[in-house]
Amino acid sequence: MTAAAATVGAPASPCISDAAEARVARAWAALGVVEDPEIPALSLVDLGIVRFVKPQPDGVLQVGVSPTYTGCPATEVIRQLIEQALEGAGVGPAAVIHVLSPAWSSEWISAEGRRKLAAYGIVPPRDADSSRPIACPRCHSVDTECISRFGSTPCKALHRCRQCLEPFEYFKCI
Amino acid sequence: MSAAATHVARLLFRYVLRVGDLSLVLGQRLGEWVGHAPALEEDLGLANVALDLIGQARLLLAYAGELEGRERGEDEIAFLREQGEYLNPTLVEQPNGDFGQTIVRQVLIGAFQLELYERLANSADDRLAAIAAKAVKESRYHLRFSSDWLARLGDGTTESHARVQSALERLWPYTTELFAEDDLDREMADCGIAPRLAEVRAAWSARIDTLLAEATLERPRDRPYQWFGKRGEHSEHLGYILADMQYLQRAYPGERW
Repeated sequence: MTAAAATVGAPASPCISDAAEARVARAWAALGVVEDPEIPALSLVDLGIVRFVKPQPDGVLQVGVSPTYTGCPATEVIRQLIEQALEGAGVGPAAVIHVLSPAWSSEWISAEGRRKLAAYGIVPPRDADSSRPIACPRCHSVDTECISRFGSTPCKALHRCRQCLEPFEYFKCI
Repeated sequence: MSAAATHVARLLFRYVLRVGDLSLVLGQRLGEWVGHAPALEEDLGLANVALDLIGQARLLLAYAGELEGRERGEDEIAFLREQGEYLNPTLVEQPNGDFGQTIVRQVLIGAFQLELYERLANSADDRLAAIAAKAVKESRYHLRFSSDWLARLGDGTTESHARVQSALERLWPYTTELFAEDDLDREMADCGIAPRLAEVRAAWSARIDTLLAEATLERPRDRPYQWFGKRGEHSEHLGYILADMQYLQRAYPGERW
């Protein structure tokens, strides 16, 4: 229901809550198209780092964000991108807060996010399914090896395919 | 705040500095490898570990600043203290040496961080528990990296084995300090904020024995030890690290990113 529809004869409190709901939905929609600065194939929502969007009694929209890694250099840029996106969406005053607990997990990457990662050439994290072989994103061979536990960003490791001999990236489980 | 609560906050401030300074100084040390590691992958690995450590230090030092209540932020605490105010264990300020020595230091301290964070994740202090629960995941990954290398070097050539065994002999005495319980450790454990160090030691010791066996290395004998970085009594090396690390803030006070 839109805020406008709710004004027609509806009691006052649902009207306010509908407007608030629409504001929250607009904020989520805006965040859903913000690209991660280091893995632009993913949005911040796909990555699972946006924890909540909550209007506060003082009218400020609070957005909870969790860092993937404590030292991730993209953390500050992500905050700025979120602030810009919310401003662009016209959701009014908003504040980004850091949420540490519970700690972010690669399990929170959405199914959509996993599809996008794979299409981008980064093998998605195996998480609970640790027996699944890490298949080469190019030739799909499972004859692959880890060549470095760390890669170009804190969240990825470097692997190599023994069949097509191409190196590729794997999103670390954490 | 009641007198008892103020007392605990003051102790907690020092305790959080101990944990945070360990990450800060180790992160700074590992950063020295950037551009100098034996291979590009190892350069990335050490830099990534350093980055996580600096991230942990930021969270911990920012919290310490709040506990202290003198409006000092993470940067002021990291960059404007004097040597005697740093409470990191002396082990993490030891020079990098060759790649093998860095790996040995990393395994010894990484196993300690892992055991400590696992227990701090259940701390009676919620903020410390949240930071530890985040850091423990990173520490587990760091230890996989360093212990892989320890096994490759220890169980490698005669030369690599000899080098890491000698680094182990050199660094081993510094591990004593990690488990030397003092009043601060005791009081923090009494209020359920920190674990008993005897318990951390037992878990660390068992883990280290397994890793050393995999790497075909011999556990050195414990020897008398005289350094206590965690009380602010440091080896000569910390001063040089700080000179480098604090240069910018000393030369351009208050400068920000």
